[in-house]
Amino acid sequence: MDRYLLIVSTVCFLAAVVRTIAALRAGVFRPGRFNFLAVGLGFIFQTAFLSIRGHALGRCPITNLFEVFIFLAWSIALIYMLIGPAYRLSLMGAFTAPLVFLIQTFALLAPIDVRHAVKLPSNPWLEFHASMSLVAYGAFALACIAGVMYLVQERQLKTHQLHSIFYHLPPLTDLFAAITRLLWWGFALYTLGLASGFFIGEPLPRMQVVCAFAVWLLYAAILQGRHFRQLAPRRVAALCIVGFSAALTLLWGITFTAQMHSLP
Amino acid sequence: MNLFCVGLSHHTANVETRERFSGHAEADCILRGAGCTEALLLTTCNRVEVYGAAAAQVPTEEIIRCLAREIDQQPREDASAFYRYEDAECVQHLFRVTCGLDSMVVGETEILGQAKKAYESARASGAAGPYLHRLFQRAFRTAKQVRTHTNITRGSVSVASVAVDLAEKIFGRLSGRKVLVLGAGETSERTARALVSRGVSDLRVSNRSMDRAAELARLVDGRAIRFDEWPEQCREIDILITSTSSEAPLLTSESLVPMLRDRIDRPLFIIDIAVPRDVDPDVNEMEGVYLYDIDSLQSVAQQSLTLRRQQIAAAEAIIAEHVAGFWESGTARRCADSTHSAMSESPVRASEL
Repeated sequence: MDRYLLIVSTVCFLAAVVRTIAALRAGVFRPGRFNFLAVGLGFIFQTAFLSIRGHALGRCPITNLFEVFIFLAWSIALIYMLIGPAYRLSLMGAFTAPLVFLIQTFALLAPIDVRHAVKLPSNPWLEFHASMSLVAYGAFALACIAGVMYLVQERQLKTHQLHSIFYHLPPLTDLFAAITRLLWWGFALYTLGLASGFFIGEPLPRMQVVCAFAVWLLYAAILQGRHFRQLAPRRVAALCIVGFSAALTLLWGITFTAQMHSLP
Repeated sequence: MNLFCVGLSHHTANVETRERFSGHAEADCILRGAGCTEALLLTTCNRVEVYGAAAAQVPTEEIIRCLAREIDQQPREDASAFYRYEDAECVQHLFRVTCGLDSMVVGETEILGQAKKAYESARASGAAGPYLHRLFQRAFRTAKQVRTHTNITRGSVSVASVAVDLAEKIFGRLSGRKVLVLGAGETSERTARALVSRGVSDLRVSNRSMDRAAELARLVDGRAIRFDEWPEQCREIDILITSTSSEAPLLTSESLVPMLRDRIDRPLFIIDIAVPRDVDPDVNEMEGVYLYDIDSLQSVAQQSLTLRRQQIAAAEAIIAEHVAGFWESGTARRCADSTHSAMSESPVRASEL
């Protein structure tokens, strides 16, 4: 039953993707309400799925790779709902929907929804640590999307080749401000998640700790470069994409290691 | 009732001919002189058109006579520049005009404002009644829908407006941005004015002739600075408009490097409209610098025009829908019916069509 909710949610994101592609091909793309509504509807079904799964598990539903990916997709949609309209970057929906769609489709198709044989005990600190880190990943994902938008817009301005999407993308300075804010939000949440890891009360795999600190250091370096004006906006945008790709790979590693660690 | 449009435009007449017929007639004069029930005169630099509703057919020559400044001396050949549209064709023509499809620059929006003004003026003088009211309200609605649902008005098609659009895509809001105008040419003046109209308040003008710099500064509400000070100004400004008559480039990558120090996260937009160019093209390769010369600005304008032309079919489809909708509505049908009965009653007039 809960997987059906997820399928409906994925269809909502797919609708936003299809509409964006069709509009871009017709050359009449407009960042209207459709994308925001589609993402919003998809978010509601995601929430329903996570709620049912969490109720069944009796804890935050991030016990396997499948749930981690869905929680990450939910975090991305959540941050988009909060950040998108605030920065008047509703076009982000056009870029957010494909990412969420890909993550959810992969999670649904790959055989990663492995249920634990033994019911995992609830540990509030562990759940807070994991969920906070994933919400931070959502902010990093949005920063990555804004980075893509920045590079697309910058490329058009540099080459003097302006396509239909040029007129719908936000100005460079607005995009860069959004990237910076998302990075700071993501970094603050991630630091909170990381710090809460020290209160879990049980030893974590060394690899997991190393990966988590590597992600933290990576984003700390990007923010330091930005803050002290050592990195040009284009490089910050590119690093947001590199950073999130690396973070996603490490997340996979962390979750996989944790899953292996928890197996009897 | 017969709905008709008689007029000439840039498609059929040169500017001398258009001048002869523009601004000499009033809608009420056409009402009295040509025997229309309702009349509206739309005059712009590219067209002179009379939209009318009449119980009987009004000959085109009557309208031309009303429009002409000197009735007796009106050259015979001018009449061939006039076109006439009736009923559904008239409706379609007006809708195309208000949507900017019949304009010299496809998709321009000024015509809609001019049509609204013409309608207001005819309504105020009592020359436009219920028939023209319905016709023009529908035309305005059609134009709004076309603008919303197609990209027909997308992008700018003049050098100055392209430059301003690009500036807004780099900086967002332009208020608070600093602009330096180097060289006081006509295009730089137009571009500077366009930037001021979008909120730029800090505008500096530099020219080899300080008098000319001061004059332009006064015109655009900026301040003049000495020509030898402009490199120093480049450290502060966000937008540089350059149009000097220098034979060698004033700005190269090497000379720009020290000016860009400490502004890594502040873009610099350079609009080089000088020929020969004032800025070395390699400057565009520098981080955070966006250089547009006259060719690239014109190329962007051309891209916008191409984009607009690609939208014509979509706009025509919306117009066709509205023409059918208008024509199928009660008033329009009554218009046509009464026209046909009037025409059948006077076969001589009908043959004048």
